[in-house]
Amino acid sequence: MTTMTIAKAINEGLRAALTNNPKSLLMGEDIGPLGGVYRVTDGLIAEFGPDRVVDTPLAESGIIGTAIGLALRGYSPVCEIQFDGFVFPGFNQITTQLAKMHARSNGNLTVPVVIRIPYGGGIGSVEHHSESPEALFAHTAGLRIITPSNPHDAYWMIQQAVECQDPIIVFEPKRRYWLKGDVDVEAPGRAEDPFRAHVLRDGTDATVVAYGPLVPVALAAANAAAEDGHSVEVIDLRSISPIDFDTVTQSVQKTGRLIVAHEAPTFGGIGGEIAARISERAFLSLEAPVIRVGGFHMPYPVAKVEEDYLPDIDRILEALDRALAY
Amino acid sequence: MGATHLPATEFDGTGVDDQLEAEAEAVLGEPAAPMVQLLGPDGTLGEDSVFSEYANRLDAEKLRGFYADMAAIRRFDQEATALQRQGQLALWVPLTGQEAAQIGSGRASQPQDYIFPTYREHGVALTRNVDLAELLRQFRGVSNGGWNPKDTNFHLYTLVLAAQTLHAVGYAMGIQRDQQLAASSDPAGTEPPAAVIAYYGDGASSEGDVHESMVFASSYKAPVVFFCQNNHWAISVPSTVQTRIPLSNRAKGYGFPGIRVDGNDVIAVHAVTEWALDHARQGNGPVLIEAFTYRVGAHTTADDPTKYRQSAEEDAWRAKDPLARLEKYLRSAGLADDDYFAKVKADGDELAAYVRRTTHDLETPDIRSAFANTYVEPHPLVAEELAWFEQYSAGFDDGAGSDAAAGEAAN
Repeated sequence: MTTMTIAKAINEGLRAALTNNPKSLLMGEDIGPLGGVYRVTDGLIAEFGPDRVVDTPLAESGIIGTAIGLALRGYSPVCEIQFDGFVFPGFNQITTQLAKMHARSNGNLTVPVVIRIPYGGGIGSVEHHSESPEALFAHTAGLRIITPSNPHDAYWMIQQAVECQDPIIVFEPKRRYWLKGDVDVEAPGRAEDPFRAHVLRDGTDATVVAYGPLVPVALAAANAAAEDGHSVEVIDLRSISPIDFDTVTQSVQKTGRLIVAHEAPTFGGIGGEIAARISERAFLSLEAPVIRVGGFHMPYPVAKVEEDYLPDIDRILEALDRALAY
Repeated sequence: MGATHLPATEFDGTGVDDQLEAEAEAVLGEPAAPMVQLLGPDGTLGEDSVFSEYANRLDAEKLRGFYADMAAIRRFDQEATALQRQGQLALWVPLTGQEAAQIGSGRASQPQDYIFPTYREHGVALTRNVDLAELLRQFRGVSNGGWNPKDTNFHLYTLVLAAQTLHAVGYAMGIQRDQQLAASSDPAGTEPPAAVIAYYGDGASSEGDVHESMVFASSYKAPVVFFCQNNHWAISVPSTVQTRIPLSNRAKGYGFPGIRVDGNDVIAVHAVTEWALDHARQGNGPVLIEAFTYRVGAHTTADDPTKYRQSAEEDAWRAKDPLARLEKYLRSAGLADDDYFAKVKADGDELAAYVRRTTHDLETPDIRSAFANTYVEPHPLVAEELAWFEQYSAGFDDGAGSDAAAGEAAN
């Protein structure tokens, strides 16, 4: 067991992937000598050389598009998109090409491309640096989307992403890059299914589902609720596509109440999808409507007011109060 | 060798072309790019200080083969158009007029090379031994691909314009890495070097992906040949809206050679593509070829060119027909006679009959194959939806067959 930050865990996970798979390579802007703007790839170019840790031209469509070509030639590229808001120049390549290649080739071609995207707010940054666009990708069949919330998952999930034969986006909670935690670098980490949700805290009165940067917030809210005598179960979703509805359903059948929290705007978001599915699967167990806690229907606001935008402990507790009031 | 050293060869342009050249020269402040031409519209073979060497390697059999290929793909094009008119295909994308650009370049490729077409490269598909009946699957609506690219190194058609140019560069970057891996395990280098061709057109040249692909290719000296068929029309928009100078000139800005070739001259197209592929395979980086040609027919069978261009322009380009000029040359050089051309015509009719027969028999897929091919690895949502579909379908019959049930559901 080793203690490290999420950023370091991803770094170590990438190092392991590059070591284990000679056909894997990293591509992105400033990922070479600089080690990426968040230093997630720090030191890797020195170890693996510029052909496997590739500083690319500043062009996101180019990064994704050439990664597709490399994958067609038998390689496993891991692309870094510098910030969430900068993925959109590559959106066409991701949605019209990468996601569909296996299907449109009748299963003849596979494109095992990994796309790493630091996402979410709370870092006081300028516009386009704090967004949560995961729903836009979750809506696209052919893609898988995972998001680790702690160093142990980060270490293993990035390696599992590289091994995955489907295209997969890893949304990395950038404001938690420096969150420290224990990482078990030996098995059974590898054996854990990256597409399964984890119940992090058992409870009986309500379930809070969160993922990525809001997992620690959900846990803190559950602790606060416990002081008021409410037993709250917390689930770390871990995978956004596919979503582990079985784990969420089982929890709601026990607690009868569900709150889904994410930084992304609630409208058209992952929370809405979970609410709809759970209303179908656990309708008779529900004591209250599923309540979503998320961003507002507006462009991500300026840094000085982002605290009013981002879901926090109190926003989750307020939703919990509403659910418990039914 | 750089673009500036390319020989100037005279191109028998129409008045329209002359006007374009004059305008380009005004923009550039110097003459526009020279046009490589070896076989003129009158069927006489010219000389070129660089590319005649490649043309001279062509024996009679190869030259006759070019003609047979061009005639076959034109006949196929006519048949596919007819099949669309008869409701057997949902859409067809005709290539007539562009046979030399496609056959010449496709025949310059080697089996180890990999080709990324757009969606009009039926002639290139022929040179890569793609079963032309399979090629019609996409247009009959029974597949989004239709052939396995691994069998022929001819990728699926790409309908989002220019997206494939980046795939081509990435693939070429993979070839570079393969060569490095091979160098360590196989110093003798028994694998023949490979290169990639990315096809696109004058319309797609405006897409950002073409720019990004050229930046990546140049930076990494990727072994890729950008083959731009300038057929003068992006559906209804003339090439003058995409560019004010020859598209081949753009290569200079990226730092690699650009060649403008008479795209209706199969011998010249073959020569410049062989040169470009050699250049790329030898590790010298990318090349841009602009094949100056013309889409004689409609953009697709849903298009109506009378809305946006004059028939006089089409007539002027028909006078530069790629098949007619090669036929003139083959006859005058004594390389082919009436019997040969009759045989080619009969072969074309046989191909057409085969395609017609096979198209009728193309199997309609089961939607279950779409469930199966969305992901490589098991996916719970797909499994859940498939299970629902099976249950739903079963409700329409007594278990007599779910195909019938699905059909009934669709009705």
